[in-house]
Amino acid sequence: MTRKQKRLSVIGAGLAFIALAAALVFYALGQQASYFYMPGDLQTATLEPGQRIRLGGLVEKGTIVRGQGTEVSFAVTDTQESVKVRYAGILPDLFREEQGVITEGSFGSDGVFVADSVLAKHDEKYMPKEVAESLKEKGVWQPN
Amino acid sequence: MVEIGHFALVLALALSLVQSVVPLAGARGGNGRLMAVGGPVAVTAFAMVAVSFAALTISYGRSDFSVENVWENSHSLKPMLFKLTGTWGNHEGSMLLWVLILTLFGALVAAFGRNLPASLKATVLAVQGFIGAVFLLFILTTSNPFVRLVNPPMEGRDLNPVLQDIGLAIHPPLLYLGYVGFSVSFAFAVAALIEGRLDAAWARWVRPWTLAAWVFLTGGIAMGSYWAYYELGWGGFWFWDPVENASFMPWLAGTALLHSAIVMEKRGALKIWTVLLAILTFSLSLLGTFLVRSGVLTSVHAFATDPTRGVFILCILVLFVGGSLALFAWRAPGLTAGGLFQPISREGALVLNNLFLTTAAATVLVGTLYPLVVEAVSGEKISVGAPFFNLTFGLLMLPLLALVPFGPLLAWKRGDLAAVSQRLMAAFGLALLAALVSLIFVDGVSAFAAAGVGLSAWLILGALTDLAFKSGLGAVTAPVALRRFVGLPRSVFGTALAHLGLGLTTLGIVCVVSMQGERILVMKPGDTAEIAGYAIRFEGLEPMKGPNFTEERATFVLSRDGSPLGSMHASKRFYPARGMPTTEAGIRTLGFSQLYVSPGDIQDGGGLVVRIWWKPMVTLIWLGALVMMAGGTMSLLDRRLRVGAPSRARKAVGRPEVAAS
Repeated sequence: MTRKQKRLSVIGAGLAFIALAAALVFYALGQQASYFYMPGDLQTATLEPGQRIRLGGLVEKGTIVRGQGTEVSFAVTDTQESVKVRYAGILPDLFREEQGVITEGSFGSDGVFVADSVLAKHDEKYMPKEVAESLKEKGVWQPN
Repeated sequence: MVEIGHFALVLALALSLVQSVVPLAGARGGNGRLMAVGGPVAVTAFAMVAVSFAALTISYGRSDFSVENVWENSHSLKPMLFKLTGTWGNHEGSMLLWVLILTLFGALVAAFGRNLPASLKATVLAVQGFIGAVFLLFILTTSNPFVRLVNPPMEGRDLNPVLQDIGLAIHPPLLYLGYVGFSVSFAFAVAALIEGRLDAAWARWVRPWTLAAWVFLTGGIAMGSYWAYYELGWGGFWFWDPVENASFMPWLAGTALLHSAIVMEKRGALKIWTVLLAILTFSLSLLGTFLVRSGVLTSVHAFATDPTRGVFILCILVLFVGGSLALFAWRAPGLTAGGLFQPISREGALVLNNLFLTTAAATVLVGTLYPLVVEAVSGEKISVGAPFFNLTFGLLMLPLLALVPFGPLLAWKRGDLAAVSQRLMAAFGLALLAALVSLIFVDGVSAFAAAGVGLSAWLILGALTDLAFKSGLGAVTAPVALRRFVGLPRSVFGTALAHLGLGLTTLGIVCVVSMQGERILVMKPGDTAEIAGYAIRFEGLEPMKGPNFTEERATFVLSRDGSPLGSMHASKRFYPARGMPTTEAGIRTLGFSQLYVSPGDIQDGGGLVVRIWWKPMVTLIWLGALVMMAGGTMSLLDRRLRVGAPSRARKAVGRPEVAAS
């Protein structure tokens, strides 16, 4: 091979590598990105069974039920619709009634959302950004 | 007091403007007296920002609640350390720290850069001064920490309890020293483009600064990771949170820069690429600052959301990234291309390193920005989490890690892959053995985990092989080898240590991810939980009182096979000033592994929800980072690379360096 050919083949290999990496990134984005919904959005959303989503809203007042052991159930609401959520584990410190939360998981066959993680806000001033914005869009946002 | 700080900050802005114009004009016009202005002005600007920062710190120390910033983020009952560190536990103060460190680097360039060519030094200082001026303007117009309250309240609103921790004293300063340290490499790159001159000596001046910034950034990220691990009570060491990614991207690009600068210094190749990388690294630092400070993300780091700030930082970002890339596009074609080399060579290995690291950084960038882009375009809210990053970043890292041991053993210009493979046979055999041993003798280890252990061992043994080979072990008698070993250049030790640290971190990650044990259960006083052969008995809860919080403290007694191992505590705290509860996990280090107990809700009837993790080899993740830092520091101490000691370098300009033996 001449020097030029050698150089071109090295550059070609580098570009092929980058193309491969880009393909991997877009494949993974399609597979692994999870969508955010509020309870009211769920009627119009088409979800495959077992699809992982993030469900956000306010913890509905009077719905927190602590079951046996580490089981907890509560309802997430956007003040109009609400969805029942089941979770086993430790709730975040700032998890309270009528506070914003984001839960991540998928719907079980009984229509209850089974969460494997529950996020509350980071301090007492702010609510998760997605929840606050969605509440604003729906016109039910009430700043403290 | 704060008025002095405010005044000093305005002076610093004026000085930075002088610094960004006068030396540059001098350098362009060949006026030595104008160029000489840069140094003293840079030092004075640093002194002014230091005065300003000290004024704010003193206000925090005195709990002066007539200052709005102090009132919002402090409390008179807070321990003194947390009062002082609270200075940068908020948006305004942390930006002030950012600028303090930026001007510090400007002053350091002025102090250590005596041997730099006058016009290069003047241009570098001008670029630094311009960055400083823009950020000082940002602070003074949108984020002034020195605003007084007309009616001073009696008590402050306290700092977010999560931040009331020793981690706040260490993590942000280290992180910023790293982030902002890359501004020096950036300034050198822009200066080289303006000057239109780029040689091996340039790389020799840039490398120590990049290395120093890299050492700090490594420490900052590791400290942040450990802090999140023990403070947030989720037991994770890395969450692929956008804010973490924001600090990780400059690290990846900076690591690439570190390696490409070696090629440029030793071989005069990859010049244009190195300049581009220096620009990209600092651009990623700025992007990180934008992501964290603008409020486009939700995180513990997003202290407050104020749209004007976001827009201002976005403008800064566009100005610097766009400006420097435009300058690059305009001037780079005029720079002479570097030397040629065979694909199988040290240069080739370093190019491969750069290819992997920059692609990995781009992957993280795409994953971090994709949700923002999708939301801006379609309004849909999506999140890209750990599964995406583990898949893409993980797949990219595996081949890179496997190739690392080859790099330092390959010769410059034309390497002999067969000979290097032969030298690495012993390391490969032992790594294979490590994988097999862990597969056979450790319970519940998957083939994948065993391969990970083997990969880590390969990295560690590869680093040791490098040292052994370079000191001639086996080829010469032991005493000679020992003498050679002691006489090896420090940068060789630096490389080996950094790669060894990488191996340790990998080992820690592999062990935790694949072999950790977890239990969630309700415990009543007297109950015992078993995990990884340890028995943990819950003794009970007792109320305690801290300076600015109350807590329910849980005591656990630890034992193994009946022999007691002492007790550990975990607690649920409540900070009344903010009405905010926090969880303090109980952590016990056993060898390199840790037991981690996180308390949850207290149930009716005295039961406590407890989450217990067994984290095998977890401390290696951060110890590995410390070893990497030690490696970087070792390289920095190399006589040939010491900051501000390029007097020998000057002689070496244009002279091809003999390969480090």
